[in-house]
Amino acid sequence: MESLHPNPEYAITLSGVSVKYRAPNERVGTLKEYVIRRLQGRIKHASFWALRDITFDVNRGEVFGLIGHNGAGKSTLLKVIARVLRPSEGRVVIRGLVAPLLELGAGFHPELSGRENVILNGAMFGFSRLEMEDKVERIIEFSELRDFIDAPMRTYSSGMWARLGFAVATDVNPSILILDEVLAVGDEAFQRKCIARIEEFREDGATILLVTHNTTLVEQMCQRAALLDHGHLRMVGEAGQVAAAYRQSQTA
Amino acid sequence: MLKSQKPKIEKIYDSAQRRNPALDELYEVFNYRYLILQLTRRDVLTRYKRSALGVAWTMLNPLGMMIVLSLAFSHVFRFETVYGYPAFVLSGLIAWNFFSQTTTAAMVNLVWGGGLLHRIYMPRTSFALAAIATGLINVTLSLVPLILVMLVTGVPVRATLLFIPIPILLLAMFALGMGLTISTVAVFYPDVAEMYAIAIVGWMYITPVIYPMEILPESYRFWISNLNPMYYFINLFRAPLYYGRIPSMEEILPAVIFALAALVIGWLFFTHRSDEFAYRV
Repeated sequence: MESLHPNPEYAITLSGVSVKYRAPNERVGTLKEYVIRRLQGRIKHASFWALRDITFDVNRGEVFGLIGHNGAGKSTLLKVIARVLRPSEGRVVIRGLVAPLLELGAGFHPELSGRENVILNGAMFGFSRLEMEDKVERIIEFSELRDFIDAPMRTYSSGMWARLGFAVATDVNPSILILDEVLAVGDEAFQRKCIARIEEFREDGATILLVTHNTTLVEQMCQRAALLDHGHLRMVGEAGQVAAAYRQSQTA
Repeated sequence: MLKSQKPKIEKIYDSAQRRNPALDELYEVFNYRYLILQLTRRDVLTRYKRSALGVAWTMLNPLGMMIVLSLAFSHVFRFETVYGYPAFVLSGLIAWNFFSQTTTAAMVNLVWGGGLLHRIYMPRTSFALAAIATGLINVTLSLVPLILVMLVTGVPVRATLLFIPIPILLLAMFALGMGLTISTVAVFYPDVAEMYAIAIVGWMYITPVIYPMEILPESYRFWISNLNPMYYFINLFRAPLYYGRIPSMEEILPAVIFALAALVIGWLFFTHRSDEFAYRV
C-alpha cells in the first residue's frame, strides 16, 4: 500500500495513517497526583486509537467531503492534514499550502488594532513581511472595515471580528482549504459571502476539504467523499453513494 | 477580485521525511522569523497599551523595587559594606527580572496560548523565542534608569558598560534553555506553572541578588556560588556596570558553560517532545 513516491497528482495522500492517544485511565492533572499514584503503582495507561489505518487520496482541485458521526475521528484527521498532529503511524503527504478555516479570528488579540492583528495573523500563516505588505490593503478592502481598522479589536462587534478573520484566512490564497462546519455559523449575508468566496476558490483550482454532518451539502458540493466510523475508514467513493451509506448507518 | 498568482514553489509536507526534530525546528524558526518578530511586537505593545505611562513602566518598575529594597534593607541589615546599595540592588534586580519574566512568559504563553497550536502549524518554539526577544527589549530599556541611579548615587559610570551585551546574551541563552525545559514539563503537568512561581522566589533569595555574597557565612558560599548558575550570570551582569570592570575568564567561562548546556538540553528536550504537545496542550 505504501508507495515510496506518492503520485504528485494528489493534493493529499494518506497511507496507513493511525493516531494513538495515550491517556491515563484516570485523569491525572497534577504532578503531585502523578508522583503519588506512580509510587503507589496506580498509573495505568489506556491506548485509544482515534484513527486506524486510514488510506485515501484527494485529487487536486477536488471538493472532497468527510462525513462521520461525532467522535468518528474527523477533527483528528483534519489536525493530521493541517500538520498540527503528527500521525503515530503511517504517512501523510500534503502538496500545497493548507489554510485551516476553523474558528475565524482565533489568533486575534483584543488590545491590538485590526490592522496589527491582520499582520500578526498573516505571520501565523507563515508569510514574510514582503508578502504581508502586499496583502494588508486587500484584506482590509475585502473586510469592509477600513473606518475601524486602526481601533483596538476589543471595540469590534463579533460580526466584525468574524469578517476580518474570514478576510485574512481566505486571502492566504491556499491551495488546500479546510472547511470544518464553518457554514453553520454567521448570519445569512455573511454565509452567502463565504459561499461565493469558496466558489471562487474552486474555480481557481484549489482543493477543498469539507467536513460536515450535512449529507445534502456533501451531495451538492462534493465530487467524492470518505466516511469515517470510530476511527476506521468505512468507505471512499462518489459523494452520493457515501452520503447514502452514512444516512443508512444513522437509521440502522 | 481573487488573485490567481500561485505560490512559486509549492510547499510539500511529508510526515515520513522526518529529519532531526531539533534541526527541523531551527529551519522552521528561520522560515517563521517574521511571526516571531510580530509576536514580540504584540507582547511589547499590549503589555502597556492601556496604562497612562505606557512603556515607561519598564523603567519605573525596577526603580520602585530598588527604592523599597534600599529603604528596607539598608536599615534592617545595615549593609555599610556595600557602596552605593541602590545601584547594586538595581543591577542585580534587572538581571534577575529578565530571567524570571522570560522563563515564566515562555511557559505561560505556551500553556495558555497553546490553543492556537491545535488549529494551525507554527514552530512550537515561537512563543519562547518571542518571550526572550521581549525580555531583551525590556532589559535594554532598564539600563537607562540604572545609569541614572549610578550618576545620582555617585557610583562611577565607566566605559566597561559597553561589555554588557555579552552577559545579556549569555543570560538570554540560559533563560531560553530553562524556559523551554519548564514549558515542556508544564504542558504535561499544568501545576508546574504554580510551583515554578514559588520556586523562582526561593531561588532569588538564595542567589546574591539583593544582598552581597560577603554577608553569607563561609560554609554556605560554596553551595550558593559554585552550584547555582544564576550566581555567575548576576555577577557577570553586575561586573561591567556596578563594579566597572571587565569580568575575568574564571567568571565568564562557567557562565558560558551553563548557558550552552541549558540551551542545548532545553532545545533538544523541547523539540523531541513537541510532537506530543498537540495531544496534550
